[in-house]
Amino acid sequence: MDFFNVAVQTLDSTIRLSVPLLLACLAGLYSERSGIFDIGLEGKMLAGAFASAAAASVFHSAWIGLGMGILISVALALVHGFASITHRGNQIVSGVAINFVAAGSTIILGQAWFQQGGRTPALAPGERFEAIVFPGADAIRDVPIIGPIYSELISGHSLLVYIAFLAVPFTWWVLFRTRFGLRLRAVGENPAAVDTAGISVEWLRYRAVICTGILTGIAGAYLAMVQNAGFVKDMTAGKGFIALAALIFAKWKPVNAMFACLLFGFLDAIAIRLQGSPLPVIGKVPVQFMQALPYVLTVVLLAGFIGKAIPPRAGGVPYVKER
Amino acid sequence: MAEAAIELIGINKSFGPVHANRDINLEVARGTIHGIVGENGAGKSTLMSILYGFYQADSGEIKVNGKPASIKTSNDAIAAGIGMVHQHFMLVDNFTVLENVILGAESNALLNSSIAKARSELVRLEREYGLQVNPDALIEELPVGLQQRVEILKALYRGAEILILDEPTGVLTPAEADHLFRILKQLKEQGKTVVLITHKLREIMAITDTVSVMRQGTMVATRETAKTTVEELAELMVGRRVLLRVDKGEAKPGAVKLSVKNLVVRDSRGVTMVDDVSFEVRAGEIVGIAGVAGNGQSELLEAISGIRNAVSGSAMLDGKPIDLTGAADPGELRERGLAHVPEDRHHVGLVLAFEENENSILGYHDDPRYLKGPLLNIDAIVADAKDKIEKYDIRPSNPRLKTANFSGGNQQKIVLAREIEQDPGVLIVGQPTRGVDVGAIEFIHKRLIAMRDAGKAVLLVSVELDEIRSLSDRILVMFAGRIVGERGPEAGEGELGLLMAGVEQKEAAE
Repeated sequence: MDFFNVAVQTLDSTIRLSVPLLLACLAGLYSERSGIFDIGLEGKMLAGAFASAAAASVFHSAWIGLGMGILISVALALVHGFASITHRGNQIVSGVAINFVAAGSTIILGQAWFQQGGRTPALAPGERFEAIVFPGADAIRDVPIIGPIYSELISGHSLLVYIAFLAVPFTWWVLFRTRFGLRLRAVGENPAAVDTAGISVEWLRYRAVICTGILTGIAGAYLAMVQNAGFVKDMTAGKGFIALAALIFAKWKPVNAMFACLLFGFLDAIAIRLQGSPLPVIGKVPVQFMQALPYVLTVVLLAGFIGKAIPPRAGGVPYVKER
Repeated sequence: MAEAAIELIGINKSFGPVHANRDINLEVARGTIHGIVGENGAGKSTLMSILYGFYQADSGEIKVNGKPASIKTSNDAIAAGIGMVHQHFMLVDNFTVLENVILGAESNALLNSSIAKARSELVRLEREYGLQVNPDALIEELPVGLQQRVEILKALYRGAEILILDEPTGVLTPAEADHLFRILKQLKEQGKTVVLITHKLREIMAITDTVSVMRQGTMVATRETAKTTVEELAELMVGRRVLLRVDKGEAKPGAVKLSVKNLVVRDSRGVTMVDDVSFEVRAGEIVGIAGVAGNGQSELLEAISGIRNAVSGSAMLDGKPIDLTGAADPGELRERGLAHVPEDRHHVGLVLAFEENENSILGYHDDPRYLKGPLLNIDAIVADAKDKIEKYDIRPSNPRLKTANFSGGNQQKIVLAREIEQDPGVLIVGQPTRGVDVGAIEFIHKRLIAMRDAGKAVLLVSVELDEIRSLSDRILVMFAGRIVGERGPEAGEGELGLLMAGVEQKEAAE
């Protein structure tokens, strides 16, 4: 029974830890499927986290926080779009620039506005997204097996967690069942085909990066208002890059992306749980090793275990109309 | 007199200093097939891109069916009933045929109804025009002939009454091209108007009703096809008399210069592309390898020139063995007198960002003639390049110009000059006239014949059957990685075409 409880708790934290990855990964999916590589997921998430925490603490509203997080993140996405779609700049350079801008400006603005060393004030309960308790969750908490699974794993998460997981089938539906999705996939593969079919390549790609901005904004808001109670500098801690790795691992497919993010979240959860506790056979392992484990596995998985991941063919290449 | 489907009046278009279209007037009657011929860079594609809304004219007027049409985007062109089949297909490779057909012409925001509608529409088009293709097949799994059919279906699905085809037969086998022409004739019978852009004069003669000739951005003549000749059209295109037939004497084959035995080559995916190929090339003869693109010729060339390692097999150059499975590298082979004009001059033959003079010694840059101690002797290189420019009539005649600024034909001459002027014993040439205009083709062909007459061994690989037939003293046909037949230069096009399509001689006779 004890093992069962540990398992449920680990899976529960797996879900919590994988949410920001999943949102960022789906964000990257929209952009990259349209042919715009986005290495700036990290920066947009960070800026979104800061904006949402700052707005939530000033206006005392989680919803205003979320809205502001999305707004700022979309603004940065549009900057990336302006550089790489309108001006056909190098998408990697633009993305890296956005990461640096976000990392620096969040600290400077945070210090200037709140004087707490780059942090935002701790958010009060009403300024965060609270856990949603499903009907009957408390009633059946003590029922063996089903009780903990329902009340811990399924119920009791914040709204943003449910949004993140609902975004998976929604993204699949958009991509494969709508006109927008068809065109989005086409523009990432062969923009000339889209152009000659009488569709604007630029407007299509702008819409894609806006989708990206919305999702990274939600991811940032989740970090600052759900996982934590306020913004801490560099709180994304490379999650944007792990999300990119997950995106490649998932071969740019939404459902695969969910499983990839859950896997990375699971590794994270395991690493946290095993910190300091001795492992069978190996004995006690340094904390740093456990913390590095998800990243080591990322490299191993990407290097050898996923087979050939074929990115969208027009990815990273600015579209220049010529014949 | 049929009414004009398209009328272009006084079209002008410049790209920077280049005047690509100059006061073009063109009238195409409805229900006819109209050809537009001209050399590369004559402005044919630009003109059609203007008609399709890809570019906008600087000045001039377009009328469709007698009414002035303002075509600013491809959408406007589609709405006016104009469809275009581009030279490089505008298809999404990992989409199905249906998805490609509906892209941009979806009936509403959800896909299901669009797909259902397109499926029944494709059945109708198949019945009416014989355009058969599996709607659920992925584009990348279809042969190019069928991919082209999808392009035509795309245009018809959008209600095109006027169909523009840009160099449609460049990628097709003779049989596929014949099939295409049958389809075009059928379209014409149904009242559609077809505009065919090509540089192959034979096709013009075979299928068009009227033909217009472009040269250096201007429209120089329009003729009824029945009242003109290939010779007249060629002269109009180039602006001077052109020898279409290659003049050459008897070959006097001498000793074997290059021999290849049981060569097996795999591509990077591990697929066997050259399968147990053996042949020899003698001094003073041109051996042509015919075949549809993608049947192993490229890999064969790469293996013999040392770019790609063969899996097994042996080879002899001038009676001494060369190890094509590993040790032989292009530099060593060059030193031993085997020169190579690669198929893909843009990626393998030249560095387009380099100056002309740099490209004209590339691969021979260690030759002491071009060196001053450890450094390049720029003066000597430029002087050498000037020499070649003069000999090969390369234009513009400036060795310090960036190679990308030369036309395709002149770029090819740069490569040829570089390799031939080293006086190799064996010359391997891949697609020597791909994307090269008529005037330059004549020059290149003469050069190759001159090599042969000077007692060199020439191995020629080309997908242009005409070229193979007019230059070669012996013709080897490659299909699916094997040499499936050897014929003399007198072999008929039909016979070679069947071999190229993999049809055994016995079957063909039945």
